[in-house]
Amino acid sequence: MTPFIALLARDLRLSVREGGGAALALVFFALVATLVPLGVGSDLALLAKVGSGVLWVGAALAALLSLDRLFQADYEDGSLDLIALSPLSLEGTAAAKILAHWLSIGLPLTLFSPILSVFFGLSAPAVMALTLSLAIGTPAVSAMGAILASLTLSVRRGGLILPLLVLPLLVPVVIFGAGMAVEVQTGLANGAPRFLLAFSLATTLLSPFVTAMAVRLNLAG
Amino acid sequence: MFDWLFRYANPARFMGLSGKLLPWLSAAALLALAVGLYLGFSAPPDYQQGRTVLILFVHVPAAIMATLVYGCIAVASLFSLVNRHLLADVAARTAAPLGAGFTFLALTTGSLWGKPMWGAWWAWGDSRLTSTLVQFFLYLGYIALWNAIEDETRAARVCAVLALVGAVNIPIIKFSVDWWATLHQGESIVSGKLAGVFLTPFLFMMVFYMLLFACLWLVRIRTVILERRVRALMGAA
Repeated sequence: MTPFIALLARDLRLSVREGGGAALALVFFALVATLVPLGVGSDLALLAKVGSGVLWVGAALAALLSLDRLFQADYEDGSLDLIALSPLSLEGTAAAKILAHWLSIGLPLTLFSPILSVFFGLSAPAVMALTLSLAIGTPAVSAMGAILASLTLSVRRGGLILPLLVLPLLVPVVIFGAGMAVEVQTGLANGAPRFLLAFSLATTLLSPFVTAMAVRLNLAG
Repeated sequence: MFDWLFRYANPARFMGLSGKLLPWLSAAALLALAVGLYLGFSAPPDYQQGRTVLILFVHVPAAIMATLVYGCIAVASLFSLVNRHLLADVAARTAAPLGAGFTFLALTTGSLWGKPMWGAWWAWGDSRLTSTLVQFFLYLGYIALWNAIEDETRAARVCAVLALVGAVNIPIIKFSVDWWATLHQGESIVSGKLAGVFLTPFLFMMVFYMLLFACLWLVRIRTVILERRVRALMGAA
């Protein structure tokens, strides 16, 4: 078993077991999807119009919930020092952790979204577009989140400041992600899938390097 | 390449130079403000916007400064990461609240201008207002991170990385918000060339804002350096 797979398997086990964030994120996502109709009213035409956007915002927020655990717990109990000493480079460590976060949070949220879209009466093509856009966009959420999670490592109660740092940087993902659903609704090609894919690929590829740099800054001295 | 600049990265040299520059910069700022205000108020009312065109002289320079100051922070952060100059850390940190101030001013004046122009305090259709709001949140996050990390050297490095991540993302955010605004077809704002009677006072106000920022920035950097000297002296005593 390579160190990468070992770390990935460990992080996945930690996140699905008790105290991990995987189930919590799904419940939070479902709660957002429940509260919004209760807030704006039961008009199905209105809900269908705002549904994809609301579900996108809900998914992005739900993915943020467990971000502070990405490095923080390992940093506090010293595991991160041991991981840093392992043959796996810090870049590889960051990539494994981002992948684990996406597999345990982003992917379940994506798969769960068609069920929640029932609440909003989305049409079948809109549901397809939403699910596809979440599949493309959620890796960027994990990757961007990892950068900020590693930057806030040495902040006590870093979980409080983390959403403030991540959310403004997630503006493009939410815009292009929800834009894919708009494309389906209006029937006009607007280029959202290409922009979302470009943003997601660039963020996911660059994130391990920036994250490793930030972890190094926090482990030194 | 930056040798001339790094000579002034020495705090003692910096204090000497900035002390000499400050009175001149402050005087120039006041002069630019006086001329800008005089020309601005004596300009005829715009045929479409009436007297509200005066808000332009306060609003547009503030909005430009919001981006410009972030650029200053990003450059200082780059020097902080690459060259590890103490002065670069201080420069980045002290510029942030000023930038946030300019951004807040741009947002409030934009909103005040929006009421007579668009009939609403906030028009999501105007992408510039929206991306300025996102930029304001970026400033707040940056300042919050500085305050959250106790160890100053570590805070400087970590915040430098954050500033650079933000700097890379700001153009993308602006692009996405522009794209979003066209997608949702909000009301388009009246765009046209700025007539000469408005251009001259605008330029004076722009110069005033830049000088104001330069003065406040220098004063803030000097204060931090003096503060550290005092702390070092108290520690030695």
